[in-house]
Amino acid sequence: MTRPRVLYCHCAYAQVIPKDVKESVLRSLCDSGLPFDAVADLCEMSARRDPSLKTLAGDGTLKIAACYPRAVKWLFNAAGAPLEIQHCEVVNMRIETAADASLKLVADTLSPNLPPDKSGPSGS
Amino acid sequence: MSLKDEQTLRVVLYEGGGSQSFENDRRYQAMSALLDRGYSVTRTTVGGRVAEDGEQPMLVLGCFGEEAAGDLQARAEPRVRLKNASRLDVVAMVAEADSFRGETGAAAQGAWKPWFPVIDYDRCTNCMQCLSFCLFGVYGVDAGQRIQVQNNDQCKTNCPACSRVCPEAAIMFPKYKAGPINGDVVSESDLNREKMKIDISALLGGDVYQMLRERSDKAKSRFSKERDSEKALKERQKCLVKLAQAGDIPAEVLMSLPSPEEIAKRALEAKAKAEAALKAQGNTP
Repeated sequence: MTRPRVLYCHCAYAQVIPKDVKESVLRSLCDSGLPFDAVADLCEMSARRDPSLKTLAGDGTLKIAACYPRAVKWLFNAAGAPLEIQHCEVVNMRIETAADASLKLVADTLSPNLPPDKSGPSGS
Repeated sequence: MSLKDEQTLRVVLYEGGGSQSFENDRRYQAMSALLDRGYSVTRTTVGGRVAEDGEQPMLVLGCFGEEAAGDLQARAEPRVRLKNASRLDVVAMVAEADSFRGETGAAAQGAWKPWFPVIDYDRCTNCMQCLSFCLFGVYGVDAGQRIQVQNNDQCKTNCPACSRVCPEAAIMFPKYKAGPINGDVVSESDLNREKMKIDISALLGGDVYQMLRERSDKAKSRFSKERDSEKALKERQKCLVKLAQAGDIPAEVLMSLPSPEEIAKRALEAKAKAEAALKAQGNTP
């Protein structure tokens, strides 16, 4: 089984994610030996409809270190890159401790946690 | 040029074949500095993948050795620059990225704080209240008459007012301080909370919620009532002041509101857009 890709959001332009959590999670990823993608700010990527979000959304399993799963789901959707509900886990750095978030990100297993679609697959 | 048309630069910390690994702390420092500067960064290893679209400019930093970097550069696409980072400190890595970004004309990220509404379509009922409320042209409809955020960068930073008028709590601002506007789960108590329900009837001059409840039965548009534009303007201002007093609208936003005449004009335009979209949905007789 292929290990899930990891995407880390640095939420660079707001203080909603505790700085120490962001730094600690980023350091854990850097120390883990795993390849990963990092973006300065997922909101900005979504507003730009950055095509790399489509690449991430459509390439197998994905773990995203960011904020609330509902927000992440619809940020990707707004970028024209709907996430696959069963293939995505969002690690919420707004509420998780750095240690818990880091453990979840580097684990081999995936625990999908996006809100289920109310009416069929999402997409814009 | 709109945000959507601008290209951005991706930086790759390459640690695959032909390159030595970065030391852990150096990798972290480089990552952190590049992210703070607004760049997307990929750390890739042997067989690793890079989240890119095949068109955006890309700076690849790796510990290749000068000769290998030159050979690789000769074979790379013009949009890709390879740089031997063996002797670069973090400041120099960021400078390389800034320099290449300038050469390629890629956008400087971070100039705009990404604050804009995100619609939860699992909750949205397409009632168009957000469209008719927003004075800044953030909302529009797609070809299928579905509400959508069209002009993200016209949104007023730190103002979540439109999410307050949404009867379904379907509008999120991910950088907002509290739930459910920040994307946290919506509870029944959220929907019932007085704070969530800024009475849009005060803005539109009628009992819109009642009309919404009756809409499907009576097939009426909620905008069918004529209203006095001066009264509507006063009520809209009252609502904005109420939101400001609750600490939800920054003073700068209130200060940057257009003139009363312009507000009245934009309100009419927004109302007309919403009305047209609802008509197209078949919600009017």
